[in-house]
Amino acid sequence: MSEPIVTFQDVHKSFGDVKVLKGIDLEVKPAEKIAIIGPSGSGKTTIIRMLMTLEEPTAGDIIVDGNNLWKMEKNGKTVDANDKHLRAIRGDIGMVFQHFNLFPHMTILENCMTAIIHVKGENKEKAKKHSIEMLEKVGLGDKLDNYPSQLSGGQKQRVAMARALVMRPKVMLFDEVTSALDPELVGEVLEVIRGIAKDGEMAMILVTHEMDFALDVADKVLFLDEGVIAEQGSASQVIEHSKNERLQSFLKRFRS
Amino acid sequence: MITISAISEIFPVLMQGIKITVTVLLASIVCGYLFAFIAGFCRLSNNVILRKFTGLYVEVFRGTSLIVQLFWLYYALPILFGIDLGSDFWAGVLAISLNYGAYMSEIVRGSILSVSKGQTEAATALNMSSFQRMRLVIFPQAVRMMLPEFGNYLIQMLKATSLVSLIGMTDILYYGDILRSSNLSQAPTVYLLVLVFYFILALPLIFLTRKMESISKKGVASE
Ligand SMILES: Nc1ncnc2c1ncn2[C@@H]1O[C@H](COP(=O)(O)OP(=O)(O)OP(=O)(O)O)[C@@H](O)[C@H]1O
Ligand SMILES: [Mg+2]
Repeated sequence: MSEPIVTFQDVHKSFGDVKVLKGIDLEVKPAEKIAIIGPSGSGKTTIIRMLMTLEEPTAGDIIVDGNNLWKMEKNGKTVDANDKHLRAIRGDIGMVFQHFNLFPHMTILENCMTAIIHVKGENKEKAKKHSIEMLEKVGLGDKLDNYPSQLSGGQKQRVAMARALVMRPKVMLFDEVTSALDPELVGEVLEVIRGIAKDGEMAMILVTHEMDFALDVADKVLFLDEGVIAEQGSASQVIEHSKNERLQSFLKRFRS
Repeated sequence: MITISAISEIFPVLMQGIKITVTVLLASIVCGYLFAFIAGFCRLSNNVILRKFTGLYVEVFRGTSLIVQLFWLYYALPILFGIDLGSDFWAGVLAISLNYGAYMSEIVRGSILSVSKGQTEAATALNMSSFQRMRLVIFPQAVRMMLPEFGNYLIQMLKATSLVSLIGMTDILYYGDILRSSNLSQAPTVYLLVLVFYFILALPLIFLTRKMESISKKGVASE
């Protein structure tokens, strides 16, 4: 087996006195698709926000492609990562947010190409070409010059995915990307994610409440409960055959 | 009485003051915005000393009157510290721009802070540096919020320029006062024309303010 692209080693996170994550161990292999399920407040978002460098762990290590994300060596000592260190590793990771977070002052095309130009240093022509290709892939080739405010929620979320994908991350994080959408728009977004998942090479971590979707795309499902991984295994093991009582009662709420 | 002959007599005299009023205004606008941005960013800096120091500047200049600040810069500074600003022009411009810069720095700061946290996070997720996040994502959105308020301050700065007549600068109001003191019965006509002059000068600023408001609404309806 190949080396994991992401490893969590006994990761803890507290907000003030509140212990949110109490020792998370996790391995993500390249191209592996992992779904995280669990009740509200169990810490799902916090896990992927730490990987995206939006939240700093209280204890433990997060290793990305062999590099310790939140720690670095300085004069032979291990110290907290600075911005430069984070920036060197962060390029491997991309994220899609629950509330899209598109840049409202930019057109759809600009939303996609700004970071490839300024962060990856691609020239404008290439950046534009890649962005258009990616927007066509998510079915928005005809909206290039529109502003986010002119799109539906489902379209916005597809732009957000194109914007993240065009950066070619090795790991993509999805935080309940359909839960802010009207029910009739959920399908089109899940369809795009399925497409990305089938493409292969990128690892994905999906926080989701869509159990059928998790069964369909995830190689592995984690059930997070009160800050620990209470159950993990293949999608069918966890979602269909688990004996864990809390997991079963959690699942019941989605199977009505 | 307000008569045509009086008006034709007064008009050319007041015209002489326009140049000073307009140059003081333009210089105050440029310097005022400059101070606003510098102070606004300093107040958001990670450096505590810088933050506290600019905070003090803002509170002092907002908390005291513009006339007193003007007199300080013009009369007190040279005597107390031997700092001579070189001319009444710079004393006037500095007083107005430091005063309005203090007010407008709060707009700069508030607008930047009010860009939602999700924008910074999305920019971080795209691996932008902190400078790129500000330049490409936060600042362009914040500026759109600043524009309408900045427009309102343009007109206020125009009105404030009339204070420079108090340190002997020959602006519109200065000539108005001269006319009035030479012939008190003309006072109503004089000050009517002074009002008209200021209003005409305000018109392009009002137009600009409208323009700024409409720019700020374009493109950035809520997300
Ligand atoms: N910035 C923060 N400050 C304080 N508490 C926080 C912060 N972020 C999250 N929390 C708390 O941490 C806990 C876990 O939050 P998290 O968002 O990770 O849960 P979640 O599993 O994603 O829940 P949901 O399904 O509702 O999105 C919650 O109790 C939340 O209130
Ligand atoms: Mg969440």
